[in-house]
Amino acid sequence: MNQPLVEVDRLSLSVRGLSDHQIVRDVSFRVDAGEIVGIVGESGSGKTMVARSLMNLQPPAISISGGDVRFEGRSVPAMTGKQVRALRGARLGMVFQEPMTSLNPSMTIGRQLEEPLKLHARLDAPRRRERILDILRRVDIRDPEAAFRAFPHQFSGGMRQRIMLASAMLLKPSLLIADEPTTALDALVQREVLELMLEMVRDEKTALLMISHDLPMVARYCDRIIVMRQGEVVEQGPVAEIISRPRHDYTRELLQSMPMRGPLRIIDQAASAVVEVKGLEVEYRTKAGLLAPKTIKKALHGIDLCIRSGEIVALVGASGSGKTTLGRCIAGLVPASSGGIFFAGKVVKPGSPAWHHYRLNCQMIFQDPFGSLDPRMKIREIVVEALRHDRQAGRVEKAERVRAVLEEVGLDGRYLDRYPHELSGGQRQRVAIARAVVGRPQFVIADEAVSALDVTVRTKVLQLLADLQRRHGFSCLFISHDLSVVEQLADRVVVMRDGVIVEEGKRDAIFVAPQHEYTRALLSAIPTLTRTDTGVSLSWRFAQADGALAEALQ
Amino acid sequence: MKRHQRNYILGGAPLACFLGAALIGRFWTPFNPMRIDLRSKLQPPGAAHWLGTDEFGRDLLSRLMAAAGTSVSISLTTVFFALLAGLTLGVIAGYARGWTDRVVMSLNDALLAFPSMLLALALLSITGANMYGIILALGMAYTPSMVRVVRGSVLSLREREFIDASRIMGNSAAYTMLRHILPNCLGPVIVLATSMFGSVLLTESALSFLGLGVPPPAPTWGNMLASARPHIAEAMWLGIFPGLCISLSLLGINLFGDAIRDRFDPRMRGL
Repeated sequence: MNQPLVEVDRLSLSVRGLSDHQIVRDVSFRVDAGEIVGIVGESGSGKTMVARSLMNLQPPAISISGGDVRFEGRSVPAMTGKQVRALRGARLGMVFQEPMTSLNPSMTIGRQLEEPLKLHARLDAPRRRERILDILRRVDIRDPEAAFRAFPHQFSGGMRQRIMLASAMLLKPSLLIADEPTTALDALVQREVLELMLEMVRDEKTALLMISHDLPMVARYCDRIIVMRQGEVVEQGPVAEIISRPRHDYTRELLQSMPMRGPLRIIDQAASAVVEVKGLEVEYRTKAGLLAPKTIKKALHGIDLCIRSGEIVALVGASGSGKTTLGRCIAGLVPASSGGIFFAGKVVKPGSPAWHHYRLNCQMIFQDPFGSLDPRMKIREIVVEALRHDRQAGRVEKAERVRAVLEEVGLDGRYLDRYPHELSGGQRQRVAIARAVVGRPQFVIADEAVSALDVTVRTKVLQLLADLQRRHGFSCLFISHDLSVVEQLADRVVVMRDGVIVEEGKRDAIFVAPQHEYTRALLSAIPTLTRTDTGVSLSWRFAQADGALAEALQ
Repeated sequence: MKRHQRNYILGGAPLACFLGAALIGRFWTPFNPMRIDLRSKLQPPGAAHWLGTDEFGRDLLSRLMAAAGTSVSISLTTVFFALLAGLTLGVIAGYARGWTDRVVMSLNDALLAFPSMLLALALLSITGANMYGIILALGMAYTPSMVRVVRGSVLSLREREFIDASRIMGNSAAYTMLRHILPNCLGPVIVLATSMFGSVLLTESALSFLGLGVPPPAPTWGNMLASARPHIAEAMWLGIFPGLCISLSLLGINLFGDAIRDRFDPRMRGL
């Protein structure tokens, strides 16, 4: 057997000065030349720390307390600073998660890409420029000449990630480490960037170590998977084997928590509409500047939408499609420039007499469980505040209702007097859900309510949301970019793009026979899942992006 | 011991001494700080007069104690004034934005353009040099920086989702400001208020030194320092003790302010 490219041998990492506080314990794996390996794990599993220690880039507070990392047979921790620097960039490339912050905002793309070439390659200026333009063309940047002189803020997130990829691949490294490379991007762009990355590493015979929390994505593109949990490797092996015959309980739990299509529910199509919007438009105006004229940007172009009693309607689309704006407009957080919102058949407008009643009956669950709870209030106060406008209930009754609703979302009395920062992300989202439903609203808007959560937590929170909906019968507008979550929960699906509804229908119709190219493109990003006796099998819809599909994406 | 704990003690000790002296000085001083006794003028520190006497034979320790009370109450009231005005204007400007914000902040920036000392001097010429005039002038001079800090944190707070959540619950703008925005911007405000206390004390002493503070014969550290100047060669204790009072109390306040800042700003805690 020939020498592995990377060999991690019983690696342990601990907080400096606290050798018993281990963040990573006894991790061993290898990556061979040209191999594509994924590390999967939830936040806090230590996957990023392991990847960073390959380049000796772990944070200063964390040190290697045992084991070794060998790159091409040489121990990385034993190298001098100079030797490690010669390795980084030249032999080892890295793509980070956050394309907004991983490029220096005050340097042009050209100068940033030139830096590694100056350090590691002996080329004169025109040759360097030639090489950079080549790689920019390779990552499909339109007009590389202009991009060379442009600054990072002039590019979208997906384009920046392409530029990051270009910079990492510029010196043809033998290993590319990609740490959650597409987590910050929406599903469509995610797929484009990933496929480009895969194509490039295959062409250059570069090995790829991909770190992600997204098991289906890793399963789709990698040869081998390493599953990590709480600093330990629980299982590793070829992709097909792991997902079809997981041996470890945790892997099984991960596979179980992948969303599946929920049961079909019969919604009475004649049922009255709880909330209806007609011809809704939202405009953003920019102020007239000295030279620039006043511009009006339409975020929504005449939206008609109807949510019936007891129905869960999913609103899906890529970022910038206007789905969040629509949700916020229905919630009254963004004023509509024309069109109307109808609640139980009557038009409601901010300031109108019916508004207050609507306000209390239309609640919202936000995306970020860290931002949506007031950090200075206790859980008890946060939830009871939602009952502030309930004049019939007395203090004792309200306290009782708060206790009951928290119990319902799975938080017992111990949590009443805690502050949000003492709770985990999943628990906070439960509090946010409790706050939304405690007043028994008829309508709840969930804006990317589970996107910020870890996979296993996400499944539980989704389950909770579905249970509550069944018990209390509220209607729900579920906004998400993640179609697999939508598939599990929704009765009806509305697809939005550029402020227009492009397709709308019952869930099964949309998922089985999508009519619009854009819907097909969105669906191509998520797997269809079939449970087998031992594990799952994944297949991908419309895997071959045909010409029409690619055009739909542009 | 962490740095902020050490600073609490190092800063708190002198501060407690001065506050205690100021408090006691309200009710009791060894001698009447105003009583002139020309027979015992310019006595060096000794058994009868612990810190000596001034050119009119008044007991220096008694005068310093009385002055501490004046300085502390002027500074506290001034900071309180700036706090109240700064919070009100800052929260309203930051929450309302648009025209309200532009008007408030233009005025505020215009005032910020002047050094506080100069502004206080100008305002004093309108209000007149008495205790209330000084508080008003200093308070107005120090409000603008408070408004800036408050508005800044309100602007970032109002983009947080819990503010949207409050609107969704049907709460009014006023309730949201009081219940959610105000408590969350208190951290930086308290830090600023502490350091402001120190600089107000210094400005007040400087004004008194220039003869624009509380009018004599009422003692302040600043005017005691000023009246010590002609006698500094023969009676240097007249200059040294008020000077020490000013320096030590400022040192105490600044260390204490650092400790508070470290507590409120976790990023500084490791230092």
